[in-house]
Amino acid sequence: MGSDRSRLGFYLLLAPILLWLIVLIILPHVGLFLVSISEKIGPREYETGFDNYAAFFSEPLYWRTFARTAIMSIMATALTLILGFPIAYYIAKLTRGRTKTTLFLMCMIPFWVSELVRTFGWMILLRETGVISNTLQYLGLVNGPIELLYNDAAIMVGLVYTSILFMVVPLVTTLDSLDDSLIEAGYDLGGTSTSIMREIVIPHAMPGIVSGCIVVFMLSLGNYLTPILLGGKDSLWFTGMIYTQFITRFNWELGSAFGFLLLGLSSLVVFLGLKFSGQSLSETMGRS
Amino acid sequence: MKYSMISTLVVASLLTAQTAHAETLRLLTWGGYAPEDVIAKFEAETGHTVEVTTSNNEEMIAKLRATNGGGFDLAQPSQDRITSAQEEFGIYKPIDMSRVNADLFIPSMLSATAGNSTFDGEVYGLPHVWGTSGLVVNTAMAGDVQDYVDLCDASVAGKVSYRLKRPTLIGFAYSMGLDPFAAYADADAYQAILDQVEAKLTECKPNVKTYWGGGDEIKNLLRSGEVIASMAWDTGGWQLNADNPDITFVAPEAGALGWIDTFVLPARGRADDAAYDWINFVMQPEIAAMITNTAGNFTAAVDGDAGVNADLKARYQGSFDQEAIDNIKWYPPVPAGLEAMEGATLDRINAAN
Repeated sequence: MGSDRSRLGFYLLLAPILLWLIVLIILPHVGLFLVSISEKIGPREYETGFDNYAAFFSEPLYWRTFARTAIMSIMATALTLILGFPIAYYIAKLTRGRTKTTLFLMCMIPFWVSELVRTFGWMILLRETGVISNTLQYLGLVNGPIELLYNDAAIMVGLVYTSILFMVVPLVTTLDSLDDSLIEAGYDLGGTSTSIMREIVIPHAMPGIVSGCIVVFMLSLGNYLTPILLGGKDSLWFTGMIYTQFITRFNWELGSAFGFLLLGLSSLVVFLGLKFSGQSLSETMGRS
Repeated sequence: MKYSMISTLVVASLLTAQTAHAETLRLLTWGGYAPEDVIAKFEAETGHTVEVTTSNNEEMIAKLRATNGGGFDLAQPSQDRITSAQEEFGIYKPIDMSRVNADLFIPSMLSATAGNSTFDGEVYGLPHVWGTSGLVVNTAMAGDVQDYVDLCDASVAGKVSYRLKRPTLIGFAYSMGLDPFAAYADADAYQAILDQVEAKLTECKPNVKTYWGGGDEIKNLLRSGEVIASMAWDTGGWQLNADNPDITFVAPEAGALGWIDTFVLPARGRADDAAYDWINFVMQPEIAAMITNTAGNFTAAVDGDAGVNADLKARYQGSFDQEAIDNIKWYPPVPAGLEAMEGATLDRINAAN
């Protein structure tokens, strides 16, 4: 009797998450997959087949954009880690009490406005008649207006800015859990700053690093606004391509296939990242 | 007997009141086509309420496709995008001409749109607002830009913007002496034209600052002087002209590209009464003038230009003389499948270095 009741409670508690998974994630993906394997042979005539996937591999433009998106996302992730680690280390280890809270809050403040507003902010800064260009001219450092917008570097800046919080938060959490006495012991045993960082801090922070990297990589790969608004005439991004197929080309079949390929790519990169860093998904997600 | 007669009348009038009962009109349209004051007047006069969603051609079709023609009661795509969308997705329903006050429409435009939006013997579209796309130029800095191909000239290098969309392909084709509309029906001939345009636009790419996406974006670029010559809509040029007299719309030598935005009924729209009421309401000359004053484009309403403000008329006449008007290339209906070819061309241009 008692076990029946607890089982009922278990299912009731499980129901919302199951419902969420099935209705919002699994069912749409099944639908998307069915669309992606239908080939259009004429108006309102469709056949089942893998032509849309074949089109991706036969057209260099598509897989090049795909590779470009993946490589730039990985670069953005690496940059975010390099910038985010010192910030997180400072917040977690070198500050106490109120300063710590204030610094943490300052990292979060940009996220109180929407991504669109943040991206427009960067456009105002970087454009030819923008703040940076005007300041440089005013200081006499450059002669004419300079264009900083519409290139890959601008996209990179936007991506790093958009995702740095998601790197800092897990890093602060894991670094916080590192006992200071371990670092002191390292110094007592004659370790240098570099060797302590390498032998003690980074191994301890690894789950935080990996989970931060996964989140940032996923966010960059799936980002639509930043590459579209900050990128220039050569800046193709895979999500933009999916949008084009769905909305301007009315080609839902190819767009769905692209969607699945993106899902596959992100899963593959995350899998490889975990393999190479020697972490398991459960450990990474469990600890941070 | 007399008593029952009266009661019949009462019942009949109640029933009529029931059918003319207020509805909610969900309107899918372009920015500026349903100004607040027009909506307020319409709601006061008919009792219907209006919910406006602003969009563009592609998104309108995508939205209606996603719901098989539901979710909206009246939409306003351009006339060239009606038959192919109907053929492929079946998202519209035919117009019942007996419910439309045809006297309000300029007859030549009504019949032209009817011809262009006929699918399987049924008419799907009524003309509403028309306009053109051509060149918006800062004449003080790029006075030499008179045609689409002039955007590739070295004198405006790095200060040019256009969209990476089908109007650009078609404008450039005309400017290169080709006739894309005549080749619409012949896929091979059209592909040959696209290939030539692709080569030209790829070569022209270093001249381009950025490909613009939205109307506000290009206006910003022109207003700040970052872009001095662009391919854009006539209204954008006239709006900028009000702020800066140097910037204006120029009808290209090869011809401006003319579009007509229409009224269509989505297949699963629920408020047809309100939709027909709206059509007959906004085509009245004084309402049409109100719409022209906000949208900046003229309408297919008889005498609709009478109440338009003098500045706008002056700008229109400044950009279009009679010869330029005669030279407007009106978009014929896009055959199904053509956009896939154009899409591949646009993708290649975008990817070219």
